[in-house]
Amino acid sequence: MSARRGGRGRMFLRLIWRAALVRRGRALTALVAVAVAAAVATTLLNLYADSEAKLRREFRKFGANVVVVAREGNSLPDDALARVEKAAPGALAVPFAYVVAKAGTTSVVVAGTNLPQAREMNRWWSLTPGVGGPGVSALVGERVMKALNLRLGAPFALEASGQTRQIAPAQVVETGGPEDNRIFVNLNVLEEWTGVRASTIEVAVSGTRTEIESAMQRIQKALPEADVRPIRQIQEGEARVLGKTRAALLAATILVIVTATLCVLATLMSWVLDRRRDFAVMKALGASERLLRGFFAAEAGLIGALGAVVGYAVGLGAALWIGRVNFEAAVSPRLSVFPPVLAGGVLVALIAALAPLAALRRIQPAVILRGE
Amino acid sequence: MFARLLYQSFLRQRRRKLLAAAAVALGVAVATAMIAVATDIGDKINRELRTYGANLVVYPADDTLEVEVGGVNLKPANAGAYLSEAELTKIKGIFWRNNIVGYAPMLPVVVKIESAEGKPLGGAQLLGTYFKKQLRFGKQEFTTGVEAVNPWWHVAGNWPRDDSNEVLIGHTLAQRLNFEPGATLRVNGEEVKVVGLLLADEATNQQIVGPLGLAQKIAARPGAVRRVMVSAMTKPEDAFARRDPRSMSPADRDRWYCSPYANSIALQLEEAIPGAKSEQIRQVAQNEGTVLSRISGLMLLLAVAALIASALAVSAAMANTIFERREEIGLMKALGAGRASVAALFLAEAAILALIGGALGFSLGALLAQQIGRTVFASAIAVQPVLAPIILAVAAIVTFAGSAASIRRAVRLEAAPVLRGDA
Repeated sequence: MSARRGGRGRMFLRLIWRAALVRRGRALTALVAVAVAAAVATTLLNLYADSEAKLRREFRKFGANVVVVAREGNSLPDDALARVEKAAPGALAVPFAYVVAKAGTTSVVVAGTNLPQAREMNRWWSLTPGVGGPGVSALVGERVMKALNLRLGAPFALEASGQTRQIAPAQVVETGGPEDNRIFVNLNVLEEWTGVRASTIEVAVSGTRTEIESAMQRIQKALPEADVRPIRQIQEGEARVLGKTRAALLAATILVIVTATLCVLATLMSWVLDRRRDFAVMKALGASERLLRGFFAAEAGLIGALGAVVGYAVGLGAALWIGRVNFEAAVSPRLSVFPPVLAGGVLVALIAALAPLAALRRIQPAVILRGE
Repeated sequence: MFARLLYQSFLRQRRRKLLAAAAVALGVAVATAMIAVATDIGDKINRELRTYGANLVVYPADDTLEVEVGGVNLKPANAGAYLSEAELTKIKGIFWRNNIVGYAPMLPVVVKIESAEGKPLGGAQLLGTYFKKQLRFGKQEFTTGVEAVNPWWHVAGNWPRDDSNEVLIGHTLAQRLNFEPGATLRVNGEEVKVVGLLLADEATNQQIVGPLGLAQKIAARPGAVRRVMVSAMTKPEDAFARRDPRSMSPADRDRWYCSPYANSIALQLEEAIPGAKSEQIRQVAQNEGTVLSRISGLMLLLAVAALIASALAVSAAMANTIFERREEIGLMKALGAGRASVAALFLAEAAILALIGGALGFSLGALLAQQIGRTVFASAIAVQPVLAPIILAVAAIVTFAGSAASIRRAVRLEAAPVLRGDA
């Protein structure tokens, strides 16, 4: 019994092997069709899954999306920054303090902050190359430079809280926003100079809307004496553009995958139909329905699986390349894409094999062999 | 004879030919839709990016410094220069006027607030602006204001009408003064009605926002505007955009001037409004450029992927149709047909299929693109008719390329083995 079974199994394998070998061209066409479809599906699914993270990173270049402000007239506690950083790990938090100072008779707003961090958060700031000079080094807004007739590196006197300091403009900052009207110095310099403490912390939190909201709640809990508010302009713009982009991407992905699937289906079906003579010969030689179905299903399943594996590898490469070209960062390969691609490949192949078979079943082998 | 062969081939094998044409049509449809989406997505996303608000600001060239902290203006009341409100409609006359989504003039005034009964409630800043102002430039009628420029402003209640005494009260200020929409208060003696609660940025949340006319009346400066916020659709900045137009050759300068860069629109605004200086708001202008180029790039690469996929699909379909007819080829050859006539027959068939499938696919793809545009962006994606010949040519090339290998194989077939059924 077992020997007979083994013999049959070997015969089955031989049939499949010979089928693949003898009609190499045809089997290869089918395999390529499946592989291309799987590659396209892998690329698109990978990109779709990764696009959100990639685009969110781009959106963080807009700067802070959450602001922590002290209530009416107060300043934030000394450890506020540490508490915010602890409550929202990974987020960039930059403190700001504001003072109105006088240069001669002209009033100007002086902001104290962590200069390197402020520049990192606000990458759109256009800065001139740094120039050293005696006195407190400062970033000076472009309009302040003009209004006060300043030159880079040439110190000028600035008076705040009754104390005068020599300020040396090190760089000119141009933003087209309120920064152009301000002078930026390091926060500890401003604190030591005027005694004014930070009243605002700008925070750039990355993540989805819910992640940002929960970070805001944690910050609020850590700092109950301050108000934590979203920067609506940034958050709304991001949500809207990201939502639309993802929807367009999804539509494109579905469209392309459906087309690829239909084409694979057509190719495989015609491949199976093309072999109706084999089918007829086998049937005439006494093969059972079950065996025939098993044979064609195994063959098609094999092609589907093989094509899916090849396609997955190729698609991953394509996704990585697109990530490198478009986002200047590799798209992380997602293993979670593999099971659906494999299952899809095998499923489409099985449908393609078994549907024509059902149609052929009613036909007598003689009719096919006669060539009608 | 050739025409007859061709005709009969299509007549006898209607189902087969239909399938092949359908495959070509499907491939071309997806390619068309993807190309249309990829070429139009820049425009669509650009519009969505306008959610971020103004990306250009116009202020008087000889203006003094703004002294503003947390929405409170500390600048002396009479310092600074103004723009003239009447000149602003000229914004709609610049070269890139169709790219201007909207503009909103701003006039901040420091005011004293009193309750309706005359109880003093302290100072605040009244920001005068347009909400949805009906304006006219030449023969052109248009509406503009903060509703279009700052779509991210959220109003609980109603937006005030322009030319009224209705105002919005900033969220933080409302909390501090314990006000709700519907209340009446006095601003420098002028009675105003609070119709809505405004959620905007930290600074504006501390202010009262009212019609420009009201602010001008209170400040006793008819027709004065402190600055104008402009929201424009721009092209991402590149190295060329950053060059100084004054140092360019005339041809380069024309090209620079006629590209919708933030810088060139800023220059045009300066030229249009007397005594004005215009700048891009870098936070919005610079960053939306990068986001835009990333998204367009992504879609373009996807379109390329879709093109490759549909090309392969079409070629697979074509390979199939030829493969299925090897007996016919054998017969033709046995009857004395040369290689050239066999190839010609199949190429002609491929061309006809490409044309029919391509035309069908193009219209189908245009519909698909429109559908995607409607569902995603709530506005149709137009497929440029210019694309039609290009797409048809691509369909023909892809069909020929897809058939080439199979035709070569078909041409090489020997008559006898094929007819015996051995090949």
